[in-house]
This record gives sequence, C-alpha cells and structure tokens, in this order.
Amino acid sequence: MKCQHCDKPATFHITELTDGKPQELHLCEEHAREYLTESGQNPASVGSMAAMLAQQMAQQMTVGQTAEELARLDEQLCPFCGISFHEFRSQGRLGCPHDYTCFHRQLDPLILNIHGESEHVGKRPNRGADQSEARTRLIRLRREMKEAVTEEDYERAGKLRDEIRRIEGEQEG
Amino acid sequence: MGYAALELNDLARSPGAWLQGSGPQADIVISSRIRLARNLADFPFVGRTSERDRAQIEELLHRSVTRIEEGSSLLYVDVDDLTGVDRQFLVERHLISREHAEAHGSRAVAIDVREEFSLMINEEDHLRIQVMQSGLDLEGAWNRVDKIDNMIERDVTYAFHEKLGYLTACPTNVGTGMRVSVMLHLPALVLTRQIEKVFRSLQKISLAVRGLYGEGSQAMGDFYQISNQITLGRGEQELMKQVADIVPVIIDYERQARDYLVRESHQTLHDRVSRAYGILRTAQTISSEETMHLLSSVRMGVNLGLIDGLEIPKLNELFIHTQPAHLQKLSGMELDSADRNIERARYLRRHLNKFPDESERN
Ligand SMILES: [Zn+2]
Ligand SMILES: [Zn+2]
Repeated sequence: MKCQHCDKPATFHITELTDGKPQELHLCEEHAREYLTESGQNPASVGSMAAMLAQQMAQQMTVGQTAEELARLDEQLCPFCGISFHEFRSQGRLGCPHDYTCFHRQLDPLILNIHGESEHVGKRPNRGADQSEARTRLIRLRREMKEAVTEEDYERAGKLRDEIRRIEGEQEG
Repeated sequence: MGYAALELNDLARSPGAWLQGSGPQADIVISSRIRLARNLADFPFVGRTSERDRAQIEELLHRSVTRIEEGSSLLYVDVDDLTGVDRQFLVERHLISREHAEAHGSRAVAIDVREEFSLMINEEDHLRIQVMQSGLDLEGAWNRVDKIDNMIERDVTYAFHEKLGYLTACPTNVGTGMRVSVMLHLPALVLTRQIEKVFRSLQKISLAVRGLYGEGSQAMGDFYQISNQITLGRGEQELMKQVADIVPVIIDYERQARDYLVRESHQTLHDRVSRAYGILRTAQTISSEETMHLLSSVRMGVNLGLIDGLEIPKLNELFIHTQPAHLQKLSGMELDSADRNIERARYLRRHLNKFPDESERN
C-alpha cells in the first residue's frame, strides 16, 4: 500500500476518529511524523496503537538528538537477526527477541511512553526464562542460512542446517 | 475440495459464535474475547523469518496445538492453501485477522469446531491464542486462554524477558501480550452523536475502540470493540478489570440514549426503523455496508419493541450471513460485487418475509 501523500510505501496505518467514524490514514514515515506533529495530537486523542507508536517515534526523532546521533543509532544492528534500528523504526516490528536487549537504550523510553510502565507484572512461563546463549545463536544461524540460500551457496546452507539441528537436538535432550 | 474446505462449509451454515450473544444485556453486549501473543524463544519474529523457519515453526506449533485437550475437536487449516473466499470467510467470522488472511507463506489457524477459541500460527507473532465467549464473561475467557497457553507451553519455550515479560514483534504488545476486548452494539450512541465523546473518554484511560473487524475497520453496523491499549506493567486480572469496569458505564450511556430517542423523537425513530425494515424486505440489490447499517436500525427497533415478529438471533445471523464471503459460501458460487448485491437482497427477502413470493412478484 502506498502513502496517501506520496509514492513511498505506507508503513503507518493510523485510525482517526472524526464525527464518531473511524477514518483510516495510510502514511509513509515522513508523512506520519508530519501528520502527528503538526496536528498537535496527544496520545489520548489518537485512536490506535500504531498511531501511538508512530508518535512516540516521531517524538524521539525530534527530541534532543542531532541528525548525526540519530543516523548512528539508526545503523545499529542486532547481531543475531541482523535487523537495524532504522528498519525497526520504519516497520514498527522487531526482528527477534534479542532486540529488546540490544536496542534497549532506544527501546526503553519508547516502551515507557507506550505503556507508562517499564516492568512486567503478571503471568510467567513455567519454564525457560531469559534468552539463553544457545537460543540467540540459533537465531543467528537461521539468519545466516537464509542468506546462504538467497546467495545460492548451498554447501554453506547445508553446513548451517546441520549445525542448527545439532543445537536443537542438544536443547531437546 | 479438501477436508478443511468441507468443514468450513459446515461452519458457514451456523450463525457464528461471535454473534450468538446470549445472557444478560445481550441486546447491547455481544461477546467477550481475550487473546495472548506468544513467540518461540529460538526463532526470529515472523517478519524476519525465512520460509524454512516459518515451515518449521508451523510444524512445531501444529504438533503442540493438536495436543490441546479442551473437550472438543479442532479443525486445523493451512491458510496458504485456502481460496480467497475461504480466507475472507474466516476473517468475517473473527477466526483469523485480515493480516493473517493477506500474508504469504506457511501459516495456519486451528479452530475449535464450536468456535469458542482459535489459534493463529505465524501471524504477526508466532502464536496468537484467542478465546471467545458470548456476552460479558472475561473471567471465563481468561481461565480458558490461560489453560490453553499452559498446555502449549508443555511443548515449546516462549520468548520471555525477566523485566519485560512475554516478548512480541511489536513493542505495543510486550509484557502480558494480552488483549481483552468486549464487543458492543451501540446504535443509539451513534444516532445521537454521543459516540465520539465516549471514545474520547475511553482513550483518556488508555482503552482502545475499534470497529467490527479490528484496527482501522469501519464501525460497520454500529458494532464496537472496547479493549486495553496497555499490556505492560499491569497484571492480567487488572487489565480485565479495567475493561470490565467500563462496560456497564457504556451500556448505561447507550440505554440513556435509547430512552432519549424513545421519549423525544419516538415518531422519527419508529419511522427510521420501519423504513430500514422495509428496504431490507424489498430491495432487489443491496451492498454489504447498507445492509449492516439497516440491520443495525432494525436490531435496535426489535430491542425497543418497535418491530414485532422478528427474533434477535435471526437478526444476528443475518449480520454474518450477508457478509461477502458468507454469501458466496452459502450460495455455493463465486460472485462479483454486483451479483453479490443481488444475491444479498434475495437472501434478505427470503429470510425477512413471511411469504417471500410476495416480494418476488413485484
Ligand atoms: Zn508520504
Ligand atoms: Zn534481533
């Protein structure tokens, strides 16, 4: 889907309530930021989570960060799934569970803004806790294998597959 | 036609659990649902997976899901294999999301044949478990979804963070990964233009309002879902309580608006409801949107005693059976938009007239 105002892909889907009827807006990052900052919205009057998220991001971008700092933060990569912070910012979706750890400096204020809290209360799984080293390694190997397949390097893909199976086997055992 | 497709045809004939709405206040409260978002600890989130990863996730969760013991049988559907109409049909029934219907690659849904719960695999998160209950019963929905979550956890390890809780692809769901929602029918608040005020006050206490088909969907037929916006820093009970506490307040507003309409503009209201009923019984071609709009007026009319001889369950059934994919499944034909409008009008005449031929002769 394209942005309503330009040809870029729409990555923010905002629901506005006007006259009691929800109206959908499909905007690219740039226009979403413009829309949210110019219309002077506050979180309470924006109708959806996506909009809240977009707004928090827009604020983060403008508050106290130089373009240089921002560019540097944007380029930071998750060593396991390979997503950059910029990719997260434009899609609104993280790449793997480890991103909450490796992008925590950028994410923590965002999460606090969205939820007004920073610590989980409630149900916990019966088993397993934090991401173990083996798990994050599996995520990295899966990415490497995806890349190997894309590059048609099937020999490497085969080796990676065996390595993945080996670690999976260890976990089950 | 595959096994799954045949089973889906059976589902189509029933009215759909989400609109059966029985119990107290059933004229306003339609259903309660709770969904949990869960991810496996050793895979990337769905958006970053390879097709091979997705197939493996699907296989792992399929195995686990079929071991759920909840006293009824599960229909496991490979969403990628379905026709466009069947996917749309599942969306109309609230068994999968629009996103899940439109995505690509290995993904599935396991449906309880009584339509009391469904599990989406490889949607935005690896797993989304949802439980639906008629009327206002969040406690019942929670007990069930919690139990299913525990059963699946016997087989898999969830991505979990000591401080942040259950980890999700979107930070808006992190923590409990829980969304509690209650679906309400609010025609009088719409008619009296009070609904926006209600929405604004809900947003102030971080509750979200969505239309019938989720985020961004038009509020078709005056159905609205009230749900929690926040998922972190509050326990499941607290999240449920927040929604449960506000629902009676909204019901009260809707009742006041209905009383106002009956008191202050009885004639206009009666006229509106009767005209809506008239159009639905005689139209020769009618869009889905207009149908929802008119059925909403008629539904309120029946609840206020302005229309005789029509039952709410029948009306609820018409809301779902006149949706585009339902209409096509029930008629057994793929129809384009113009033909659907003709078929919809025929369906409505058949179900709303005592002597259907009467209107056919015109
Ligand atoms: Zn744009
Ligand atoms: Zn990552």
